[in-house]
Amino acid sequence: MNERDLAIEMYRQMKLIRRFEEESARAYSMGKIGGFLHLYIGQESVAVGANAAIRPDDYTITTYRDHGLALARGMTSRAAMAELFGKETGCSRGLGGSMHFFDAEHHMYGGHGIVGGHMPLAAGMAFASKYRGEDRVALGFYGEGASSIGATHEAMSLAALWKLPCIFICENNEYAMGTSLERSLSLTDISRKADAYGMAKDRFVADDVFMVRDRIGAAVKRARAGEGPTLIEVRTYRYRGHSMSDPAKYRTKDEVDDAKQRDALYRLQHQLEEDGATAEIEKADAAVEEEVQDAIKFADESADPGPDLLAPTTYKGEFAR
Amino acid sequence: MTEMRFREAVRTAIAEEMERDASVLIMGEEVAQYQGAYKVTEGLLDRFGEKRVIDTPIAEAGFAGIGIGAAMVGLRPIVEFMTWNFSAVAFDQILNNAAKLRQMSGGQLEVPIVFRGPNASARQVGSQHSHAMEHFYTHIPGVKVVAPATCADAKGLLKTAIRDDNPVIYLESETLYSLKGDVPDDEDFTVPFGLGRVAREGSDVTIISYSRIVHVALEAAETLAKEGIEAEVIDLRSLRPLDEDLILQSIAKTHRAVIAYEGWPYGGVGAEIVDRIQRMAFDELDAPILRVTTLDYPMPYSAALEQHCIPQAPRIVEAAKKVSYRE
Ligand SMILES: Cc1ncc(C[n+]2csc(CCOP(=O)(O)OP(=O)(O)O)c2C)c(N)n1
Repeated sequence: MNERDLAIEMYRQMKLIRRFEEESARAYSMGKIGGFLHLYIGQESVAVGANAAIRPDDYTITTYRDHGLALARGMTSRAAMAELFGKETGCSRGLGGSMHFFDAEHHMYGGHGIVGGHMPLAAGMAFASKYRGEDRVALGFYGEGASSIGATHEAMSLAALWKLPCIFICENNEYAMGTSLERSLSLTDISRKADAYGMAKDRFVADDVFMVRDRIGAAVKRARAGEGPTLIEVRTYRYRGHSMSDPAKYRTKDEVDDAKQRDALYRLQHQLEEDGATAEIEKADAAVEEEVQDAIKFADESADPGPDLLAPTTYKGEFAR
Repeated sequence: MTEMRFREAVRTAIAEEMERDASVLIMGEEVAQYQGAYKVTEGLLDRFGEKRVIDTPIAEAGFAGIGIGAAMVGLRPIVEFMTWNFSAVAFDQILNNAAKLRQMSGGQLEVPIVFRGPNASARQVGSQHSHAMEHFYTHIPGVKVVAPATCADAKGLLKTAIRDDNPVIYLESETLYSLKGDVPDDEDFTVPFGLGRVAREGSDVTIISYSRIVHVALEAAETLAKEGIEAEVIDLRSLRPLDEDLILQSIAKTHRAVIAYEGWPYGGVGAEIVDRIQRMAFDELDAPILRVTTLDYPMPYSAALEQHCIPQAPRIVEAAKKVSYRE
């Protein structure tokens, strides 16, 4: 794909994530979605840029804020929306919900609810790749709040020791629920945690999706070449509350508006318009709109999963009673 | 008496004990500036200041362990888990430190600490956020485990927990936080551990429960009454120690028992109670004891399937009829 086509494709993906989530928020307030719903709006350039830096067969795993990565990797909007609606046609057959999007075909290994708990799994997939002599890499995404928990550090410690092809991507959106970065970490340059493990590091702001691709791409190249893991701190911002139940009173409207000025999606859109791609943008927008509306209709019309699903999804083979 | 919500009853107990004893403090994620993820600690930061109402980063093993270490040398920390699910990350601290320090030091050390937060299912929060953790913790000698169902007990048991010189696991429920009830104002009102409560008197079948499911059991009892079966509902309140006497007295009257609670059927609190009844009151029983538990699967997200898995009143009714041979 040439850079211009890629730009349009990345625009489409970012726009899809944003519109998908705006509509999810609406469906949530209508009671069609239950439990927790954590929106990725504002952070789209991270998942989309990262996806552009890897191959389809590379491994990815993330937190409960997982819709963006899933859609970027190629999960259909239908499967994603149906999962939010708890339907049997959802990506996890209605068993996982918003926090647990899985799509093994697209190498999206979740959607995890325990802060930091999935980071050893990222290193584990990288371990398997190295063990089998493949050149696939694993990308493990986590929030800066997960920099305080043991599992994240044990994963980094072992990945560095064993030179695993793992990229630790810390999406620093400045808040862990209501706790600002300064109140949760003594060292706010998170990339420096890499120094303790003798690991490569990088740190940048995610307002340009091409830069996200290139900087993560450099780490991917090293990992494929057997040079071990990298810790990348990507500075980003979430526009919405932590989850739907969070009124986000811990920050000012000005602060949020300020962040929106640097919106990566609009930045890319303006670049494309300047490059004369207005028609392509309109086409992409129309396609996104149709896809999201279709996903909602599909999710609405799909059936609830039945109890028969519970036993075979708990154990493979005979149920161990 | 003052009518208040469950979350206020928990907060009142914390505030009164903090007034009473300067070594009591509370720490956990979002307990201070955010006023608590479920607003249990609302206002405490203003009242007691940041020295005693402490926001922690997401580091359960770290802050649970810091609480235990501080307790070991004389402080009386209350450690809030945003939900009990996250205590799994700190399990080693509770199992190997809080529960063991006294015994392995030959009785030299005390660990007066309270771990608290909402437990078991909420609504559609999925498999990693719906655990009934009491079944893991009641297994451990060295800790006490309590689980109130009413606002008064929420206050009284928490005050007892804070004053106890042993580690206490105090289990709340997200779906109980808005429950209203009368709570004694007396600052020395406490509810002793190891004493259950008869939530409803009856003579035909005993339904044993605790925490949120007590309310489901009471609902089931109303249905049963319409069909001529008078159920006695026991609210255990305290799981370790367990009120054997109350259970045995009720069985001596009804000769039948159903145990209803959240958590999986393999082992757990219910199996423990079944064991005690069959050992101590075998001759009193007219039917095998039945348990109504969460079904034996990780909790599904789908609303319909979640309701299918969680103990519901109709399943309790069915079990009560079965032990009464009235199907
Ligand atoms: C071990 C654990 N503790 C607490 C929580 C509750 N919790 C869920 S998300 C969250 C904040 C995480 O913030 P961060 O890691 O920065 O990621 P973000 O939500 O900003 O993407 C907390 C405290 C949890 N899920 N797991």
